[in-house]
Amino acid sequence: MLRRLLLALALLLLVGVVRLPFETALQAEQRAAGFHAARVGLDLRQRLGQTGFLAALSGCRAVVADLLCIEAYSAWERVEWGRLNWLFETASSLQPRALFIWEMASWHMGYNASRAAREDPRWKLEAQRRRAERQYLELSRGFLQRGIAALPNEPKLYELLGTLERDKFNDPLAASVAYGTGATLPGAKGYLRRFSAYCLAQVPGREVEAHARLRALYDLGPQEHLPTLLKEMRRLEEKLALPPEQRIYKDR
Amino acid sequence: MSTAAPLPAHRLFSPARVGAIARNTLTELTRQKVFYLLLLFGLLLIGSSVLLVRFSFQDQFQMLKDISLGAMSIFGSLLAILATAAMLPRDIEERTLYTILAKPVPRVEYVLGKFLGIAGMLACALFLMGLLFLLILFVRERGVEAEMAASLSGDAAALAAQIETLRAQVFHPNLLAAGLTIFAKTCVLAALTLFVSTFATSQIFTVFIVTTAYFIGHFQATAREYWQAMGGAAWSKAFAGFVAILFPDLQIFNLVDEIAVGVAVPLALLGKTLVLGGFYVLIYLLAAQLVFAQKEL
Repeated sequence: MLRRLLLALALLLLVGVVRLPFETALQAEQRAAGFHAARVGLDLRQRLGQTGFLAALSGCRAVVADLLCIEAYSAWERVEWGRLNWLFETASSLQPRALFIWEMASWHMGYNASRAAREDPRWKLEAQRRRAERQYLELSRGFLQRGIAALPNEPKLYELLGTLERDKFNDPLAASVAYGTGATLPGAKGYLRRFSAYCLAQVPGREVEAHARLRALYDLGPQEHLPTLLKEMRRLEEKLALPPEQRIYKDR
Repeated sequence: MSTAAPLPAHRLFSPARVGAIARNTLTELTRQKVFYLLLLFGLLLIGSSVLLVRFSFQDQFQMLKDISLGAMSIFGSLLAILATAAMLPRDIEERTLYTILAKPVPRVEYVLGKFLGIAGMLACALFLMGLLFLLILFVRERGVEAEMAASLSGDAAALAAQIETLRAQVFHPNLLAAGLTIFAKTCVLAALTLFVSTFATSQIFTVFIVTTAYFIGHFQATAREYWQAMGGAAWSKAFAGFVAILFPDLQIFNLVDEIAVGVAVPLALLGKTLVLGGFYVLIYLLAAQLVFAQKEL
């Protein structure tokens, strides 16, 4: 039987040599189609521990990522911001194509952790509180940027990035770019295009372009004649001192 | 004087005999209550759906899909390894094997019949797990629909649009592709276990070897990348190559993580993955037959 066993092993080795190029090509094809997105590197072993790493490798990557998210929820309840960030870093490495992980991570860092840092009584100086807040906001932005790199066709992430840039970083140009990019993607909400134009209208020196974009929206029809759009158009018309034929508010 | 009807000529290979062995194997496995694992699966699903209520309903559905498909993959693999590893030793212990092989049944038919029986059991188990998963998904989805209906009672058009979006998010035809890739992986594991059990001295040895192969099979792609990136010594590259050649790359069948988040599987890609699974099964069955044909019983 030993001879037969050796023969069987030889068969497996021979077939292995034949199948390897096919498998390599198939794996590349799977990656190109969006599979095996996670790079389960050996650094994850340190982060997850032996059991978690084995589970992640044996077909339970998404389950481990979900368990980390559940744990993150508890960390949020206990106000452990550092741990929360660590848990989302690991979960997003394991499951980079899960939109909800990027959403949750950026929301917790950008709106909960940053706010908590801003009001943290342990920091005596305002500058310290601002710096801590800024650090969490940067983490939130980092999550969204990595999320966009992993899911480049997901308009929701651009929307979240735009809102973060607008509301937390007070950077209307960056917000306009994010909203504008999101608006071009399939499945994008109609308001992203408007938001992009509204934000651009706040950027000094970009008023002409902003007005042109608002006007293009206005010309789409009455469904676009929303109060904010009309208000911004009126403001820009006055600021740019446009001739009456280019205005929608001709009385001014 | 009565004349006996002539016996039909003995055929070298008979699909009917293979079918009979497969049916018998399936019945035996069912009697061994391997389906009790399904109970565990159900409890896990119900437990996790209760645990997930704190999340928004989109996140809940996402996690429920992840957990269910992950559990199907793990339980399916466990079933494939444990049930197959026990099969040959039990047939020897209960002397069923001798009864079968004493008849003019070629050993190849025995190996093939046993594998088909196991594959049938795996198909049934995965089908039932899938059914349970869809049922829980359906119940949760209906709950969310009811909540939506209560909050949007005045706006029928908005409600209809939201329900349509929700259903499209929750039930996706790709879930079937996920089930097929899990089935392919469990069949590969079952065939590998059958091969190992033809030369193993005990059931524990078989389980140990196949479990090791399971982890190596999942880990080898990462290890190969790591070694390539390290640009290590020639011997380490040779070792990585040897491992890649000898062990199956099981990560290739792990498409469920991405399918659960909505990545579409092109039909051609699914076909190639399933063909690779079939190829693995064929090779392991061939290797099993090579050893089993000369096994002293």
